[in-house]
Amino acid sequence: MSGNFDRTLSREDVLRRRASLLQRLHIDGLLLVLLLVLAAGSLFILYSASGKNWDLVIKQGTSFGLGLGAMLVIAQFEPRFMARWVPLAYLGVVALLVAVEVVGHTAMGATRWINIPGVIRFQPSEFMKIIMPMTIAWYLSSRSLPPSIKHTAISLAMILIPFVLILKQPDLGTALLILASGAFVLFIGGLRWRWIISAVAAVVPIAVAMWYFVLRDYQKQRVLTFLDPESDPLGTGWNIIQSKAAIGSGGVFGKGWLSGTQSHLDFLPESHTDFIIAVLAEEFGLVGVCLLLVVYILLITRGLVITVQAQTLFGKLLAGALTMTFFVYVFVNIGMVSGLLPVVGVPLPFISYGGTSLVTLLSGFGVLMSIHTHRKWIAQV
Amino acid sequence: MPQPIQLKDHEKDAVLVRRRVIVGLALVLLLIGVLVARMYYLQVVQFEHHSTLSENNRVHVQPIPPNRGLIFDRQGRVIADNRPSFSLTVTRERAGDWKAVLDAVVEVLELSEEERGLFEKRVLQGRRPFEPVPIMYELSEEQIARVAVNQFRLPGVEVAAQLVRHYPQGAHFAHSVGYVGRINEQEVKQLDPVNYSGTHHIGKTGIEKFYEDELHGQVGYEEVETNARGRVLRVLKRTDPVPGKDITLSLDLDLQEAAEEALGGRRGAIVALLPDTGEVVAMVSQPSFNPNLFVTGISFKDYGELRDSIDRPLYNRVLRGLYPPGSTIKPMMAVAGLDAGVITPTTRVFDPGFFQLPNVQHKYRNWNRSGDGWVDLDLAIARSNDTYFYDMAHKLGVDRMHDYMTRFGLGQRVSLDMHEETAGLMPSRDWKRARYRQPWYPGETVILGIGQGYMQATPLQLAQATALVATRGKWIRPHLARSVGGQPPVDPDPVPDIQLRDPRFWDYATHGMEQVLHGARGTARKVGDSSVYRIAGKSGTAQVVAIRQGEKYDSAKLAERHRDHALFVAFAPVHDPKIAVAVMVENGESGSGVAAPVAKQVMDAWLLDEEGRLKPEFAPPVTAQGNKP
Repeated sequence: MSGNFDRTLSREDVLRRRASLLQRLHIDGLLLVLLLVLAAGSLFILYSASGKNWDLVIKQGTSFGLGLGAMLVIAQFEPRFMARWVPLAYLGVVALLVAVEVVGHTAMGATRWINIPGVIRFQPSEFMKIIMPMTIAWYLSSRSLPPSIKHTAISLAMILIPFVLILKQPDLGTALLILASGAFVLFIGGLRWRWIISAVAAVVPIAVAMWYFVLRDYQKQRVLTFLDPESDPLGTGWNIIQSKAAIGSGGVFGKGWLSGTQSHLDFLPESHTDFIIAVLAEEFGLVGVCLLLVVYILLITRGLVITVQAQTLFGKLLAGALTMTFFVYVFVNIGMVSGLLPVVGVPLPFISYGGTSLVTLLSGFGVLMSIHTHRKWIAQV
Repeated sequence: MPQPIQLKDHEKDAVLVRRRVIVGLALVLLLIGVLVARMYYLQVVQFEHHSTLSENNRVHVQPIPPNRGLIFDRQGRVIADNRPSFSLTVTRERAGDWKAVLDAVVEVLELSEEERGLFEKRVLQGRRPFEPVPIMYELSEEQIARVAVNQFRLPGVEVAAQLVRHYPQGAHFAHSVGYVGRINEQEVKQLDPVNYSGTHHIGKTGIEKFYEDELHGQVGYEEVETNARGRVLRVLKRTDPVPGKDITLSLDLDLQEAAEEALGGRRGAIVALLPDTGEVVAMVSQPSFNPNLFVTGISFKDYGELRDSIDRPLYNRVLRGLYPPGSTIKPMMAVAGLDAGVITPTTRVFDPGFFQLPNVQHKYRNWNRSGDGWVDLDLAIARSNDTYFYDMAHKLGVDRMHDYMTRFGLGQRVSLDMHEETAGLMPSRDWKRARYRQPWYPGETVILGIGQGYMQATPLQLAQATALVATRGKWIRPHLARSVGGQPPVDPDPVPDIQLRDPRFWDYATHGMEQVLHGARGTARKVGDSSVYRIAGKSGTAQVVAIRQGEKYDSAKLAERHRDHALFVAFAPVHDPKIAVAVMVENGESGSGVAAPVAKQVMDAWLLDEEGRLKPEFAPPVTAQGNKP
């Protein structure tokens, strides 16, 4: 009995020591493990999706490393510190978005980048993905919940300014993600159901107005094609037809790694970026997709647990919004590739090729970790 | 801090957030369920369907390019049609090592290394998977045979028949109808990628470019099933393309030939249009070129010759040639002077051979140095008296002159469907301030009165301004297309007619122009004497400034090319104008001596029958006033 007791003690001791090491680094072990699983899976699929392009795989691996580094750095900052600087950061990024409008760099018909030749080229809208939920969380956390009409209106104004600026670039996908990330703070903060239902009901007239005044022709085309992909088999409908064929032909167990004919014969466009889930579905079947979804569900659940356990209201609102936005990424991407939603150009988190989205997403998880680990730290002191 | 701190109910907030998180998690799980259901539907329920779809990696959608619309002259003779032509295509996916295949093609057809480079560039141009790329056009019988014999060595290589633009009239309409050419990289960015997915040519100039949308048509497509090697097994579904619309032009082949002949090998431009409809019946810019050379890609050598020729055959003199209109502008100036009230038909000016501004020494000379004595409006137009118009311009002033001349279409694009047209220049005070940061000087107004100075016009603008005198101000934009797909072209932005205080002002201008050819002292009376119908016309000269300088130095040639351009505008028959003409003969020097006979020949070709009599439809009514001289 006593030996057993001793052993239990020593095991707990070890666990505590290990925990404290992770704690001291402000790392959440469970999130880290899940992210590493996704990273490994991503490189694995990417190798196949890119047609065995090692350069791409190495680049993606490097981006992962950089992203993880960013995550760790961000996790070191206390949430209180973030809350202090966030209003300034918000104004700064809005200013950058305006700058894009004025002096932005245009590529492929869209003006999204700020280009300082020889130094750096970046998309300010990426920063907004993190700054937006922080700003609203900062604003609401010092007010009483649920938010009043006035505070809701001010929050919406803060959401809509960058939303409209990004919509004008035009970048519908990012604009919608940023809208969602801000809106989720209001949701977590207890925005009245009555208002939420009214807002959802208002989507129809707003959508009609957007159709006539905001959307560019190519964006309208995408929506029309979504409604009836067969109508445009030579143009945008092609992607959907081909990706559905890729997914569907995968069956339950898939054709096996490196054996996806659809993707390998160049039928599937953007097979290693936005449409990579089609490659996964073709090669690993329904089982593969479900496994990926399980990992995502675990990540989201962990995020929501962090939300509930967060000590400050700022932390709660921010953690909840980041987690829900992450889910929107997943849902919109898989939904569009499988033909449930229109194609808006949202990458699949951690799987799609692309360094920027990786760094942004991992930064978000860095914030989650910070919220969680600093709570414990404070609690112990 | 003394300030009271508002305490927040942390417990209440925590409960609220927890509730929302539970709702959120439920939502997440529900939507994930939707995704799983969707995947289940695609991968299990529809597995068979998608599996067969991808089995032979099979359903290909192939675009079927529409046939380009044909172009006819006003009598239905073909100006542009489509001819079958054989081209060599490569499909990269089926070729395996396509670079090796290109090597084989070059070897089989005994081509040069240069051409191989070109092929490689073409193969690499953007396209969708399994789409054949044409790399070589207009194969000869022998080349087709060689490819057939060596087919086993050339996987992915096919000989494809396609329709290619052909211009049976050759150089006659190169400047008006234009030509098509291969779509270049810049154009690809502008084009609708779907509608042009099977199209390799696009209108580059003239009617071919202006009516590109109508001529092109709508792409069709074919869903074909192929085996794993990409060979087509059967057609699953076919949507036919909608062919492009045919265009009937107002141009007349006979008149065009007659006009070119009238120019007799000289460099120059002729526009003939029907005043009451705005239809352009002849449009000549000489020398011209063979548009067929451009269709499948002109060789560097041929292009170099055309581009570097001192005669500038590629230059559209009708639409882009800018000349000071000279005295051809005088009838319009007369109308302006009458309407503004600065002159009357009986106003007389004494011409000592020059004009002087009050208190200024400078003499603005009449072309006739000895002077014409007392001159009224009629004689001023007939004799092309400069002094009279210097005086009138001075009284009219630049602002009113600019206003009136703009209403005649000067300084702006006048045509409905000729996109190469340049606007020319009708100067104003504002223009000069913007251009030179200088005020307007009175002397500049004076020379504007005889169509010199900053003023620049195209032959088309001169023809239109003349037609406006013929129709007494009725504005119809000149156009080349008579019908597009059976429909007459519609002017989206019609120009208001020119309204005068008294419509008789038109008659005074017309009468003066008639005296140019039929008056005792008219400058072109030699031409008028030989005419069986009465013509209203006006000669002019344009000083050579705009033509490009610094060509190869050749003193004899240069001297000849510095001579004035001869201008002549006219309409006929005077009693009921049926045709208006503007003629420009480069370095022709004499408007009345060189350009007027050309204009007369063009009008003869339109108005006279084979026996040299006025065609019955153009003859004056029987009750007319007889033959008053």
